[in-house]
Amino acid sequence: MDVFLLSRLQFALNISFHILFPTITIALGWFLFYFKLRHDLSGHPVWMRIYRFWVRVFALTFALGVVSGVTMSFQFGTNWPGFMEKVGNVAGPLLGYEVLTAFFLEATFLGIMLFGINRVPSWLHTLSALIVAVGTTISAFWILSLNSWMQTPQGHEIIDGVVYAKDWSAIIFNPSFPYRLGHMLLASGLTASFLIAGLSAYRMLKGDDKLAPQLALKTAVFAAAVLIPIQIFVGDLHGLNTLKHQPQKIAAMEGVWETEQGAPLLLFAIPDEVNRTNHFEIGIPKGASFILTHDLDGEIKGLNEFVGEHPPVAPVFYSFRVMVGLGILMLLVAWWSSAQIITRKELPDYLKKGLVWMTFSGWIATLAGWYVTEVGRQPYLVSGVLKTSDAVTQLPPEHVGFSFVIYAALYSVLLVAYIKTLFLMCRRSVEIEEISQEEREQARKYKQRVANA
Amino acid sequence: MTFEFLSESQLATIYIGLLGLSVLLYAILDGYDLGVGVLLPSDNQEQRDRMIASIGPYWDANETWLVLAIGLLLIAFPTAHSLVLQALYIPATIMLAGLILRGVSFDFRAKVKQGQKAIWDKCFKAGSLITTLAQGYMLGLYVTGLETSIWAHGFAVLSALGVTAAYAFIGACWLILKTEHDLQLRAYAWAKTLIWVLGAGIIAVSLANLSLHDFVRDLWLSTPSGLFLGAIPLICFSLLVLCGVVLRRLPNSQTDNEPAQGEWLPFLIAILVFLLSFMALAMSYFPYAVPGQLTIYQSLSSADSLRFLLVGVVFVVPCILAYTFLVYRIFSGKAEQLRYY
Repeated sequence: MDVFLLSRLQFALNISFHILFPTITIALGWFLFYFKLRHDLSGHPVWMRIYRFWVRVFALTFALGVVSGVTMSFQFGTNWPGFMEKVGNVAGPLLGYEVLTAFFLEATFLGIMLFGINRVPSWLHTLSALIVAVGTTISAFWILSLNSWMQTPQGHEIIDGVVYAKDWSAIIFNPSFPYRLGHMLLASGLTASFLIAGLSAYRMLKGDDKLAPQLALKTAVFAAAVLIPIQIFVGDLHGLNTLKHQPQKIAAMEGVWETEQGAPLLLFAIPDEVNRTNHFEIGIPKGASFILTHDLDGEIKGLNEFVGEHPPVAPVFYSFRVMVGLGILMLLVAWWSSAQIITRKELPDYLKKGLVWMTFSGWIATLAGWYVTEVGRQPYLVSGVLKTSDAVTQLPPEHVGFSFVIYAALYSVLLVAYIKTLFLMCRRSVEIEEISQEEREQARKYKQRVANA
Repeated sequence: MTFEFLSESQLATIYIGLLGLSVLLYAILDGYDLGVGVLLPSDNQEQRDRMIASIGPYWDANETWLVLAIGLLLIAFPTAHSLVLQALYIPATIMLAGLILRGVSFDFRAKVKQGQKAIWDKCFKAGSLITTLAQGYMLGLYVTGLETSIWAHGFAVLSALGVTAAYAFIGACWLILKTEHDLQLRAYAWAKTLIWVLGAGIIAVSLANLSLHDFVRDLWLSTPSGLFLGAIPLICFSLLVLCGVVLRRLPNSQTDNEPAQGEWLPFLIAILVFLLSFMALAMSYFPYAVPGQLTIYQSLSSADSLRFLLVGVVFVVPCILAYTFLVYRIFSGKAEQLRYY
């Protein structure tokens, strides 16, 4: 194994593991703020119940995101020194702003959220929840700005082979950034929604007949039902933007080997990189051209125009179909569940089971989406500016092999522990009584305060 | 462009100052919570709970200073970042594994069945210990100028033990401040033992330091800087002696319902010792980014990028310090039982 392949594998492992957690916490932060706000406005202890359960999930998820994020910040310099040497003048400040404006905010106010319940007034607690949600979103802003710049770079100049920043607003708000940010925030919203719905459904199936999981499930299913059509729309815009700036990525996503008018929308195929063709194509005639150019006979540039400059086709092609397929499944499940809740006031068991199966569907869709965009940028690390192979380290392969084994072992244990712990928390919360004496007392005091106000 | 008036060398000084501040704050803040992790006793679940409760609200934010320090090194001195961390790749990987283990144990332990809690506590302790040893080892190799000789590795091992003892010491002082009764008495005992280790460590590292680089030795043996630098280990020693006296007297001056006056003193002295040790290191090696190899001026990234980031630094860092202070105010006093929501 050479050090290039090992470093790529390690980085792929690391970002794949890492993104699982931010994709939950970004939106879960906003859900928590909503739950806390509902509690403040209604005084009903059930919202506090929901908040307390999910704030613990948030804390665990956040911790895993932090520790896997720290390892990435080391790898930029150790495994990809060429990245900072060549584009560090752009990447550095964006990463710096993320640390300064987001990380401290999240970590500090999460402390208040978790441990301050008896120490701070309710309004400050709610404010902390809001600040944490804003923090996670700011974090997404900066990191997606950097990633988008790597996809569609602008606002820089190259002097003696080194990139210098010329116009920061052009760099931050580069062409693909608004679409990628929107797409990721919505992906996070859906991931969190299906997680909340799935775990709440699991609790109900385990005999939890309390109000908390019912309300949480309802909130999550409605949120998913609203977000998924928006996501499909934004995803389509994102695709059109990619067609404009990275046509080779679209060609790989659609499996178009030769430039053609009226390209079909392939539902299934097996791309063959060696013979530069697809096997077993099943497609909708002229579909791809219609979606991408809004013209049945529109021209789609094929991979033949980018020989040696286009990504490996199979992973991009398959990942794209996994993402879209899951999106459609999410749409069906969310809308059908919402319809059931609205008309029958409750979900039939088969739908609850379906939601349990869909608990981590957001993870798979998010991963697939990132594979499309990241593998789709290859062989470049920064489109047209820096090739991935030119950025790699000169470290001895056995050193990278050592770290890869350590990370792989740790991450697999942690992933299993994380999932098991979530379901364990659900089973344990089934046994907890509906409303404790303390909560009754709190609710009574709250009502008094409102009456006196 | 803002900060146009700052020259490249001024920017280098500003950023190495910021980097130094982050490292110092990291060593103090994450130092005490890593130290608490290292000290976790294997014989008492209830004490372990209280110890972990005492760092609960803070540890996550404390660790963020490491992210900032590594980030600043990457952003301002990218060539130094690559050079240092590639040379320290294996210990850095081990340190990260320790940090991962520790960070997740903290959260898992609060959510699993009682029987499994002890296992996660062991992971928490192991992760803390791995982290402190690896950090000390990295620091040791770094000040030798990333040498690969047997002496350099020997010095690094010494440094690993020294840093671990220092972290455990400040952790024990933190516990004196944040806990009561039997656990606090235990913390006093730990601190008393660790003072001796720390004193020996400071002597050993000071002497070893003089033999590492000619430029450092010349600096220490010249006037007037040498007088100032030479005073630092002496002041550290006086502080440790004072701390020893305080540690002996405090437990006797408390009654059942009145905590002793001055429980914050050991922690304050520990902070001062950290600050002084850090200053001695910083003054010895300025302006090197890698001792004896690479200066901060040689490894500085583009001035315009640093000016752009400085805008954020000027506005945000004071805010970070302010709300960090706020959190310490909110959670002041003795640590409560871990009421984890």
